[in-house]
Amino acid sequence: MSLAVHADKLSKVYPGPEPVTAVDGIDLEVPEGAIFGLLGPNGAGKTTTVGMCTTRVVPSSGRVTVTGLDVTEDPPMVRKRIGVVSQFNTLDRSCTVFDNVAFHCRYFGMGARPAKRRAGELLESFGLSDKASAMPETLSGGMAQRLLIVRAVAHYPELLFLDEPSAGLDPQSRIALWDVLLELHRSGTTIVLTTHYMEEADRLCQRIAIIDFGKILVCDTPEALKQQVSAETVVELKLQQPSEEVARPLRELPGVLRVELGDGVLRLFMRERDGLLPRVVEVAQPAGLRDISISEPTLETVFITLTGRALRE
Amino acid sequence: MNSPTSSAGSRAALYAASFWGIWLRDSHVLRASAFTFITRVLMQPLFFVFVFAYVFPKIGREVRASDDVGFATILTPGLVAFAVMFQGINLVAFPLVNEISATREIEDRVMAPLPTTALALEKLLFGAFQGLIAALIVFPLLYFVPVAEVEVHIESWPLLTAVLLLSTTTAGAAGLAIGTAMKPNQIPLVVSVITLPVIFLGCVFYPWQELAAVPWLQVVVLANPLVYVSEGLRAGLTPQLPHLLPWVSICALTIATAILGAIGVRGLRNRVLD
Ligand SMILES: Nc1ncnc2c1ncn2[C@@H]1O[C@H](COP(=O)(O)OP(=O)(O)OP(=O)(O)O)[C@@H](O)[C@H]1O
Ligand SMILES: [Mg+2]
Repeated sequence: MSLAVHADKLSKVYPGPEPVTAVDGIDLEVPEGAIFGLLGPNGAGKTTTVGMCTTRVVPSSGRVTVTGLDVTEDPPMVRKRIGVVSQFNTLDRSCTVFDNVAFHCRYFGMGARPAKRRAGELLESFGLSDKASAMPETLSGGMAQRLLIVRAVAHYPELLFLDEPSAGLDPQSRIALWDVLLELHRSGTTIVLTTHYMEEADRLCQRIAIIDFGKILVCDTPEALKQQVSAETVVELKLQQPSEEVARPLRELPGVLRVELGDGVLRLFMRERDGLLPRVVEVAQPAGLRDISISEPTLETVFITLTGRALRE
Repeated sequence: MNSPTSSAGSRAALYAASFWGIWLRDSHVLRASAFTFITRVLMQPLFFVFVFAYVFPKIGREVRASDDVGFATILTPGLVAFAVMFQGINLVAFPLVNEISATREIEDRVMAPLPTTALALEKLLFGAFQGLIAALIVFPLLYFVPVAEVEVHIESWPLLTAVLLLSTTTAGAAGLAIGTAMKPNQIPLVVSVITLPVIFLGCVFYPWQELAAVPWLQVVVLANPLVYVSEGLRAGLTPQLPHLLPWVSICALTIATAILGAIGVRGLRNRVLD
């Protein structure tokens, strides 16, 4: 399988009175055709990593190739092959929605007529046609985000980078965004996205790298990552009076890995649930069991297990 | 799927197409704001001519050059120079400051498939183009607005053309250098610390030779590129007035374009690449 992105001991130190090591010797392999997620909290080094892959940040050491081209050796040619949606709204405010896309096509060498045709078709298929002659400031956040994606893919890039594409979107727009990305993926575009939404990474990505303090803690499929949290099942018990007294006997049940005492709930991390559930209910019953919910571990659990802290502070 | 573009020819074609696309975008934006542009270009020269060449004589405070040339004639090359420089700094630098820092709009052009140096050169040359349009708007205004007589004697068209073109590239380069060096909150500072001294000490209102009356100032202003724009245009438009030797102005403007251009190209690279 050929690699869309290959980073080798890639580092970035921002110079200054107190140099900041934003990315600390990471190795990354993004297979062609994948949706790849970089997951990490604020300041983890996601934007810096994407910046180095997209020719915007010059690596301090190490090497990164994008579609086989070294980004520091041939930035213009790398740019030709990638599309980038940055973390900010960078729409051209002096041009209409239509012109934002049409001029973008011209920057990538399309002629006047093909550029116009491409802009028209894309706006149509992304549901932005009726905004074609509007100015970008008048778009809602979700529409602006969609237009940024339209613009980024207008020159038929092989590889699309998106830096926190769903930040600031309401749940509905977020789901619409996921559909757009899945559609692009189906049409053969490799996608690299950063996010700090676990659910987003879980839903979209075939591979996820968890990054923290500039280092990649782990990189695998979402399923494999979740299996790392040796628990198969998380059972949440809503109790009238959750207490150490109830927790102790539960902890001693075979197959229960860990019991956490929370606000009105007891959380059990179990290796498997077959046959165990009736015993749990039996033990918890006297403490006033009101509700029971069973779920699989999430990437959030993975992150907490890896770093000892929650992703969203 | 793109085939690797390896030959120098197709690479040059890609860069050229990209450069042209960005130029088209800038012209489109300029056309869309043509009214604002023209108004900005016209207002200041109009008021200078009106006050100095019309109101002053009426209230008996006429300013005359030593050899009895009307002040309007002295002002004409100066104000064309002023228009070129003012457009260079204002119309290139200020939008650029915002595009780089505040709105990050330049992002899409930075990600275009051409070297960042070429993007900087596009900014410089488009600034020069705007300066040229400004000159072509201001000159007829000064010449035909019937407030005072202007005596223009163009002796050498090649000289005038060379001075004009080098003046506009100097202005574009200055705009690029300033625009990439400043942060948005420094704009008012730029106006008072750079624009004002450059304009008032740019030999716009007096030929350089007459500064002999204040010798230290006559030396100090030689660091101001606008001096060579004004003096070069005096040599081109009103050679009957005292002016610096044309080749001095031409060399100085060439050097100014090169230095300011180099600062601007480096500035843009530093600002858009980390
Ligand atoms: N231009 C810069 N100069 C100096 N330090 C920087 C620069 N850009 C980022 N940093 C620092 O590098 C570290 C990583 O930043 P980066 O923007 O890559 O993180 P991130 O994962 O994208 O965070 P977020 O989720 O907030 O976008 C941070 O400590 C940040 O302060
Ligand atoms: Mg970021």
